[in-house]
Amino acid sequence: MSNPLVDMEHPDLIFPIGTNMTECHPVAATRLKKAIARGARMVVADPRETRLAKMADLHLQIRVGSDVALLLAMAHVIAREGLVDEEFVAARTAGAGEFLEHVGAFTPEWASPICEVPAGQIEQAALWFGRGRPSAIYYTLGITEHICGVDNVQSLCNLALMTGNLGVEGGGINPMRGQNNIQGAGDCGAVPANFPGFQPCSEPEFADKFSRAYGTDIDAEKGITKVAALNNCGKEGPGGIHAMLIDGENTVVTDPDKRHCERALGSLEHLVVIDLFLTETAQLADVVFPATAFAETDGVQTNTERRVQRLRAAVPPPGEAKPDWWIISQIARRMGNTQFDHFESARDVFNELCSLSPIYAGLDWDRIDKGEYQWPVPEAGHPGTPRLHEGEFKNGRGLFKVIGYRDPAEVIDDDYPVWLTTGRRLQAYHTRTQTGRSAGIDYLLDEESLEVHPADAEQWGIADGEFVRMSSRRGSIEIKVRLTDRSPPGTVFTSFSFASVPVNVLTGSGYDPVTETAELKVCPVRIEAT
Amino acid sequence: MIALKDAPSDARICTMTIDGELVEFREGETIYEVAERCRREVPTLCYDPRLEAFGACRLCVVEVEGINNPVASCTTRAGEGMVVKTRTGAVEKHRKTLLEMVASENRTLDIDPLAGYASQELGDLLERYEVGPGRFRGRRSGTSNTDDKNPFILRDYDNCISCYRCVRVCAEQEGDHAINVMGRGFDTQITAEFGNDLRDSQCTFCGQCVQTCPTGALSDKKALRGSDLPGEIEKTRSVCPYCGVGCAVDILSKGDRVVGIHPAMDGPANEGALCVKGQYAFDFVHHPDRLTKPLVKGADGSFREVEWDEALQRAADGFRAAHEKHGRHAIYGIASGRAPHEAAYSMQKFIRSSFGTNYVDTCSRS
Repeated sequence: MSNPLVDMEHPDLIFPIGTNMTECHPVAATRLKKAIARGARMVVADPRETRLAKMADLHLQIRVGSDVALLLAMAHVIAREGLVDEEFVAARTAGAGEFLEHVGAFTPEWASPICEVPAGQIEQAALWFGRGRPSAIYYTLGITEHICGVDNVQSLCNLALMTGNLGVEGGGINPMRGQNNIQGAGDCGAVPANFPGFQPCSEPEFADKFSRAYGTDIDAEKGITKVAALNNCGKEGPGGIHAMLIDGENTVVTDPDKRHCERALGSLEHLVVIDLFLTETAQLADVVFPATAFAETDGVQTNTERRVQRLRAAVPPPGEAKPDWWIISQIARRMGNTQFDHFESARDVFNELCSLSPIYAGLDWDRIDKGEYQWPVPEAGHPGTPRLHEGEFKNGRGLFKVIGYRDPAEVIDDDYPVWLTTGRRLQAYHTRTQTGRSAGIDYLLDEESLEVHPADAEQWGIADGEFVRMSSRRGSIEIKVRLTDRSPPGTVFTSFSFASVPVNVLTGSGYDPVTETAELKVCPVRIEAT
Repeated sequence: MIALKDAPSDARICTMTIDGELVEFREGETIYEVAERCRREVPTLCYDPRLEAFGACRLCVVEVEGINNPVASCTTRAGEGMVVKTRTGAVEKHRKTLLEMVASENRTLDIDPLAGYASQELGDLLERYEVGPGRFRGRRSGTSNTDDKNPFILRDYDNCISCYRCVRVCAEQEGDHAINVMGRGFDTQITAEFGNDLRDSQCTFCGQCVQTCPTGALSDKKALRGSDLPGEIEKTRSVCPYCGVGCAVDILSKGDRVVGIHPAMDGPANEGALCVKGQYAFDFVHHPDRLTKPLVKGADGSFREVEWDEALQRAADGFRAAHEKHGRHAIYGIASGRAPHEAAYSMQKFIRSSFGTNYVDTCSRS
């Protein structure tokens, strides 16, 4: 998030898009509810009528995957109506001329049939956003899990830049991270493009720095993504992946195209998994190590607002379970790698991270005791940075990007005439390895179902509670139907949480070319009574 | 004089006298807020600092010079030059009588601290003022809802004192408006719409009503399962393991068991709020499915439990063999978005320092 969570109580205009926040980030959503109670206006863009959408002054119930068209048309209206923050644009951005010329062609009337919402609604949303002082954008995977995920994010940046909503209290572009430490895993450099602290692998300066720090020559080019690695599993010749170490991820259930994942991991010569449970993924491994869990582990995690906080062990782990860092260190040491010899505690590991990462340079294990710092914290004594981009952008000027709309990887046709979109539910987390093993949760949600609009159900001859067969170009599953008008006719929804309804058998139609994030939010399907 | 610390520069600073001491305050603060900062320990029951002051319990009354009757300090703004007394004989007697009346309405005053974060508030005040239900014992208000079989929230309204903190936290803090007040006087009853079970209301089971209840009328059913476990309750500050908001929690444990979760009222990301997952979905920690020993797969495809030495050696040998046979770009590491920094840092260091590649990623692409 560019802005701190506390800022969520202060926008004038709230614009959540592709985020089911009351279910996926409920505590953050309480702050928006407070802002609304104080008089803030809210425009929600979402294909489903979520609880957040019900609270909105305007719900843009867009067709799945049409976000770029909507955002182009909003930019068009903002430019046409003279709502561009000229001062901000002149002082802090670049590329505005080309961008403003580009959006001239994309009227709400153009976007309306693509987004399947009335032009007047797009016009209204744009006027409100353009006039908001400030206007704040919130998004989640409904923006990124598309083949045009990067385009979606950059379109949102364009909106924030043209209206001067960056670096201001209550504004900003705010991605809500879905996992407790997914921000932190990126901070730590567990990505193929960056060393710890987002220092790019492709720049020799940083490859040298880490080669020296780790006592071995490290490639000065980025590695391949997990998606590419899974594609290359077992492949003969150069580029083939033959061994993997997976920590705490149930890859075969969470990733798109389940069969592909199972084949990929099954073709490895050596698979080692570290986890709390013998997950579907761990079952494919040659060696499985028992890890310590929440309440058993000392460590650090970073939340969606870049706040660095301490985890503390309250109880001993079961049996011989060990912290992940210890397990990984021990494997390395047995391979003759001496770089882990000095790790004796979580403190040692975290302090090494701080010593190598400029955004953590002012932190160490003791300083984060109270969780008061949001990175970047460039040196000791620095108060941290709750709000990014105040006064200036780190990289100079905010760049407008010229972006065009394109269809999802697969669109509905005669064979697969229904849009499937996927997500989470409040009471279940991911593949339920944890919520599914917690007493009482089943009382609230004991099975997965497919949300179908009553009009569709009537046309398809199916009734509430019946099972249907849902098929995509990759496979089919059986799932129970629940009638609701939450999704519009022609669009159905389910979560990926229940192993009995492995929706990722169906998904995986395409990937964003830049991030290789899968288009999990759009999948044309066919639905048949069983 | 008690001076203000960290006052924002745009606030108007005033002074008043509390119990004979000159104190500074910001314009707009209530008498209660100023008195709290001066550690006057003014008693309250209907007060939760996160909610709008309500003025219902009247325990926080103080004497203000020039005003005939005692005033509720939680709803009265402090004024320049005001002279306030928080502990005169008259207000203390008034508080004692009020507490006696409140206590007389409840079935039980002995509440397990596992019931909720604020569950000891009434009991503590009764102890401090050395009162019980004595003189006013008789009719009680509120009827416990024993039909609601939800596994999280015990609705023991026999112990309700109509402070409405649950109703207000649900409305003001959560914006859910799942519960409200029905009836008046002895017939006052907290209820969900149409008397429904909470599951059939707007309730999301965030547990905020439980944690703000000062009497245990609303209790944490899951935590109370640990009532009979031996040992003291220990609190450990940590962070919720679910989404990316990073809500600070206090893990409640007895011996080797996690028995419950309290939201951290001073948690910077959540300021006392939690959701159903963070509040109640913690017992995976002690689930019998947890792995307790390293496993190694045999030639027949089945796992057997082995000692750490054997498993670590097998893991290391496998990576070394793949490295030798296929080169350093044949090995890949996937870090967790759920494990702490030390796990992710070690994973990327393992790949980079062992093989000199950047073949590492997280689960952020799916």
